[in-house]
Order: sequence, then structure tokens, then C-alpha cells
Amino acid sequence: MSATVSQIDELKTTPWAGGRSPYNVEYGKMMMWFFLLSDAFTFSSLLIAYGALRFSAPTWPLPSLVFQSVPGTSIEHGAPLVFVGLMTFILIMSSVTMVLAVEAGHRNAKKEVVGWMIGTIIGGLMFLGCQALEWTHLHSEGFWWSAIPNAETLKEFFEGNVPLVQQQMTAHQFANLFFTITGFHGFHVFSGVIINIIITINVLAGTYEKRGSYLMVEKVGLYWHFVDLVWVFVFTFFYLV
Amino acid sequence: MSSENTDLHHAEGGHGHEDTMTRGRIWKVFFILLAITCIEFFIALVLVPKGTVPLHVANPIYIILTLLKAFYIVAFFMHLKFERKGLVFSILVPILFIIGLILVLTNESHHWITLRM
Repeated sequence: MSATVSQIDELKTTPWAGGRSPYNVEYGKMMMWFFLLSDAFTFSSLLIAYGALRFSAPTWPLPSLVFQSVPGTSIEHGAPLVFVGLMTFILIMSSVTMVLAVEAGHRNAKKEVVGWMIGTIIGGLMFLGCQALEWTHLHSEGFWWSAIPNAETLKEFFEGNVPLVQQQMTAHQFANLFFTITGFHGFHVFSGVIINIIITINVLAGTYEKRGSYLMVEKVGLYWHFVDLVWVFVFTFFYLV
Repeated sequence: MSSENTDLHHAEGGHGHEDTMTRGRIWKVFFILLAITCIEFFIALVLVPKGTVPLHVANPIYIILTLLKAFYIVAFFMHLKFERKGLVFSILVPILFIIGLILVLTNESHHWITLRM
């Protein structure tokens, strides 16, 4: 390279002139963002479809009646939101340990990164365990894809006098949407846990120490926070509204 | 590849003032998220059953609180607040399509219910 700067090079100094990355973000991280954007479209399509079906239904199983037990304990009635509150707390907590891992990565503190990553993995596994309990509980009541409880049990999930045909129709829709959407989210949590384990092994092996940056931890961190983000919406639209 | 990563990394941390997540900030955001969730629980478990707040008022509140939580997760945990404007807009502008789909399908569902009844 010569010491004099040619005119063409001088033109390339503004962010969008092609001289440097306008986003100032590494390729893989940018691609993770774009993947998450596409994933956001997928999840919103599912949730909006749920909303449209629920809006167009004359009635709907009440969340405070469907989710009023604490699976894994003897509490069967009168405790709405308790179990899902625990699940939400676990997921938010694991998001916190993830950012702490990223923060430790900025300081190149390998041991701390490993510790927080393991915390995140444990949080993810706990969430999956809770989801398994929740699904098992609903399944024991008779809910599954295209399966609903018998008329006697079904009655408990509606307030007032709802005709049985309407109960069955909306319970069917509820069951399909619930298992599909929480299932798709749970699959994301599961793959997130697997990716986190792989990254933790790489951290332990010193891969990122040699590379001089823990950017990979940031990228999986983005994915993990996205999973938490989706849960925030699933929680609101399935359990609160 | 590896040296490129490091360069970008340093460049990112180098510009501006305290434009990243410190441990203090992480916990602050966590407590905000926890507080919002507690408010949601309070509405759902106390105010709605008592009848202080009717459901059609509670639902929009839930949605606003959810969007607030989403903001804190994306802006701080996902670090988007501290990225370049170009990247922020590339991610946020396409979200408008989602709003479009919501408008179309809620409108459509009002039509479906008249068909069903």
C-alpha cells in the first residue's frame, strides 16, 4: 500500500459508501439477527392465527380454569398462574445468566463464562421439565392434538352455560393451538439448550480464548433471549388474556 | 476470520461512553422485568377476580406490559439499543408486516364470527 490515499479510497469513508460495514457488526451476528427476524415472523403467524380463531369463536376455555393446577404437586384447583409464573421466572432468570455470560466474555473471563453458561443450561432444562409436567397434566385431563376431555371434565373449563357443541369446538381449537405453539416454543428451548451445551464445551476447550473473542457466546445469547421473548408473548396470550 | 472478530469487537466497545451492558444494568433490567410480571399477576389474581378491573380493560393492559417487557429484552438483553441505527432499523422496520397481519386477521375474524353464529 502506498502512503498517498487515492481519490477512490477517500470516497469510501461514509458508512454506506462500501468502505466499511455500515452495521459495524460481525457477519455471523448479523445473520443471527436476520434469522431471529424470520423466526419472529413464524411465531407471530402462529400467535396471530390463534388470535383470529379465538376472536371468531363464540366462547373459549378460560385460562384461569384450564391452568389452575400445579403439576407435579397435589394442588389440583384454585392456583392459576402459579406454575406458569414459576416457568416464566425460570426463563427470565436463565436470560439473566446468559447476559452475565456475555458480559464475562467481554472481559475474557473464561471461568465466569463457563459458570453462567452452565446456569443458563440448567435454567433451560428446568423450563423444559416444567413444560413436560404441564403437558402431561393436560394430557391426563384428555387434551392432546385433536383430542379433548369428555363432556364431564370439559364443563369445568367454561363459565356459565355454554352449549356442549361450542365447548367441544373451541376446546379442539384450544388444544391444537396450545400444543402446536408451546411445542414449537419448547422445541426452540430444546435446541437452545443443545447449542448452549456445544458453546460451553467450546469455551471449556479454549476455542474462543484462542480466537481472542467470545462473540459466539453473544450469538447464542441472542437466540436464547429470543426464546425468552417469545415466551413473554405466549405467556400473555395463553395464560393471561 | 478470528482477527476480524476481535477488531469489530474492540471497535464496538470503543466508541461512545458507557454504551454496553454492565452487571449493574443487567440486574436492573431483570428487576424491571420481574416487577412487570408481578404487576401482571396482581391484575390477574387480585384485581380481575375482585371485579375492580373488568377483563376488557385488563387485556389491553396485559398487552402493553408485554410489549414493555419485549422492549427491555430486545433493547438491553439483546443489546439492540447499543447497535448502529442501520441495524436497529433493519430489524425493527420489517416488524411492521406483523402489525399488518394482525390488522388483517382481527378484521377477518370479526367477519368469521358472523358467519358462525
